[in-house]
Amino acid sequence: MPRGEVIVNSELCKECSLCVVACPQDVLAIGKAINSKGYHSVEAVAPEKCTGCTLCAVMCPDVVLTIRRKSPERK
Amino acid sequence: MNTVFQKPETLTDVQMHYCPGCTHGIIHRLVAEAIDSLGVREQTVGVASVGCSVFAYDYFNCDMQQAAHGRAPAVATGIKRVLPESIVFTYQGDGDLASIGMAEIVHAAARGENITVIFVNNAIYGMTSGQMAPTSLLGQKTATSPRGRTVEEMGYPIKVCELLATLDGPAYLTRVSTHDSRHVLQAGKAIKKAFEIQQQKKGFALVEVLSTCSVNWGMTPVNALKWMEENMVPYYPLGVYRDVTAKEGN
Amino acid sequence: MAKVLMKGNEALSEAAIRAGLKAFYGYPITPQNEVPAYMAEHLPLRGGVYLQAESEVSAINMVYGAAGAGARVMTSSSSPGISLKQEGISYIAAAQLPCVIVNVVRNGPGLGGIQPAQGDYFQAVKGGGHGDYRLIVLAPGNVQEMADLTTLGFDLADKWRNPVMILSDGILGQMMEPVEFSENQETVKVEKPWATTGAVNRERNVVNSLDIIPETAEKNMTALLAKYDRIKEEEVRWQEDNTEDADVILVGYGTSARVARSAMELARKEGLKVGLFRPITLWPFPEQRLRELAKPGRKFLAVEMSAGQMIEDVRLAVNGISPVYLSNRLGGMVPTPEDVLKKTRDIVEGRVN
Ligand SMILES: Cc1ncc(C[n+]2csc(CCOP(=O)(O)OP(=O)(O)O)c2C)c(N)n1
Ligand code: SF4
Ligand code: SF4
Repeated sequence: MPRGEVIVNSELCKECSLCVVACPQDVLAIGKAINSKGYHSVEAVAPEKCTGCTLCAVMCPDVVLTIRRKSPERK
Repeated sequence: MNTVFQKPETLTDVQMHYCPGCTHGIIHRLVAEAIDSLGVREQTVGVASVGCSVFAYDYFNCDMQQAAHGRAPAVATGIKRVLPESIVFTYQGDGDLASIGMAEIVHAAARGENITVIFVNNAIYGMTSGQMAPTSLLGQKTATSPRGRTVEEMGYPIKVCELLATLDGPAYLTRVSTHDSRHVLQAGKAIKKAFEIQQQKKGFALVEVLSTCSVNWGMTPVNALKWMEENMVPYYPLGVYRDVTAKEGN
Repeated sequence: MAKVLMKGNEALSEAAIRAGLKAFYGYPITPQNEVPAYMAEHLPLRGGVYLQAESEVSAINMVYGAAGAGARVMTSSSSPGISLKQEGISYIAAAQLPCVIVNVVRNGPGLGGIQPAQGDYFQAVKGGGHGDYRLIVLAPGNVQEMADLTTLGFDLADKWRNPVMILSDGILGQMMEPVEFSENQETVKVEKPWATTGAVNRERNVVNSLDIIPETAEKNMTALLAKYDRIKEEEVRWQEDNTEDADVILVGYGTSARVARSAMELARKEGLKVGLFRPITLWPFPEQRLRELAKPGRKFLAVEMSAGQMIEDVRLAVNGISPVYLSNRLGGMVPTPEDVLKKTRDIVEGRVN
């Protein structure tokens, strides 16, 4: 069971790859599916490695990513 | 599992129109997060400027006004003076703030106007498709400096934080960057502080956020972040240029 | 309340404060300096904000912000300064924000001079800035009206969500006359549910003039023009004297109307049948009434301190039924009743065509 989970709202993704580069665990990659705006949305290709660090979401300009984490929320 | 990251309440559900990878989107989110975390959404009035962020009034989930090119600090002044208990912010690009709106920003700062200014410096005019901005770097090629910006023809780029730091009026001046997640997190803290300063009625707060315009710079979004780190950060040093709360020792 | 002797610019300022003015944003320029001085002296002590902006451009945009936030707000300036405000005025009209803008007109073009003139007529009544929009333009003719039309201006601005311009000049601004303010001119508070006051328990409000979709932009323009049509129906104001039997009707506003009135009185003493028509709203222009007054044999004489601007609206109104002549002075020179009388005689005796 991974420590974190990244949920992708594929419809909002613009295929910019900023999250892909930001993720220290290589969880994300640009996928094959095309959304209604014509972009290849990012996908969690290695979801088991996600630590829920939020760094991908921090870099996403389009608020595509929601992150969940096992450990209680940091204060 | 707990949700540790989601869309802030102060952003609407409207999809932003920015180009892929444009850091305007990141900066919008940081502003919205700051407003959320201070719990001031219902007392906030934002002022959108003219530039790529002109539609900011569609994205911020609070009362908004749209201002003429460069005049957002004057509009914000007009609002804040009649609604002193509200939280008023402007969101302006470099052409808007440092070229056509130079008088407005300097005087709002000199008056110590109790507003928060988010200044997005992407070294180019984005919306009008890539002309030279007052903050374009020496040597930078743009639609109107096709052979690169030269001192002889166009003079030097304007360093807004340093310029405003010559005034007694500002309470908080800082320059931050969005070129990686660590810096984005720092930028978020600075933006939150700029709202807190207003909340505490300490005066004028401006956060200059270095930002990309990959489309008009002619590179991929990822390379644009790198270009910003390697070229803009050295010319526009990050850091705090004024902080009245530091003097007070908190 | 008893009458007090006041300068026109001061009477206007006092009336604005009594109308519940919450903010005044200005920038120095002659001949309107008494207005910001009066505001700086009194407004902060009576619950409002006075702020000297860094330019007229900033001042009008401060007005935009405060008007958008629901406050009664005003700025004043003179011709070159009003030119600088035009972009902001266009935004205010497009965003349908209420405010009062005072133009104490001086002679131009360019830096011109500081003498009284009416050369900003076109700029005031035809829009002035970019795009299809209108200001409600009020032209006081004495110190009492400097006060009364300011009060009215705030009410009309709120009623129609439209900028109102008071078109005055240095003579009306400097002239001292007795003026009476009613005890309480604090008018009924107009609800402004559209204002950006903070989205507490309601949907967020947006003050905006941008619309890049031609279909909706055209629809919005149609609605704006429909509002202008209603203003034309409901808000036209004028004054007329001795028009009934007049062979020549003098048409003038503001200072020119004062001169024209004296000329009319001189003419009547000579037995000439001369009347006076004084538009009080320059936009909407009292065109319908002028059309009614036009008839073959009757002539009109526009009296102006401009190169022939208002005369165009008079001609449009009478639509060729009556000839329209011009008596004017320029460069800050004020026409004398004798000038106007002479021209009137020339018209009556057929010496002009
Ligand atoms: C008075 C006026 N002049 C020029 C313009 C055209 N214009 C629109 S956006 C813009 C440049 C904005 O650039 P910047 O402020 O750097 O913002 P960015 O688009 O890069 O985010 C210009 C010149 C305008 N709208 N109004
Ligand atoms: S950063 Fe956001 S928009 Fe860009 S690829 Fe990742 S999820 Fe998509
Ligand atoms: S043109 Fe540049 S600044 Fe504008 S949205 Fe695109 S990337 Fe962003």
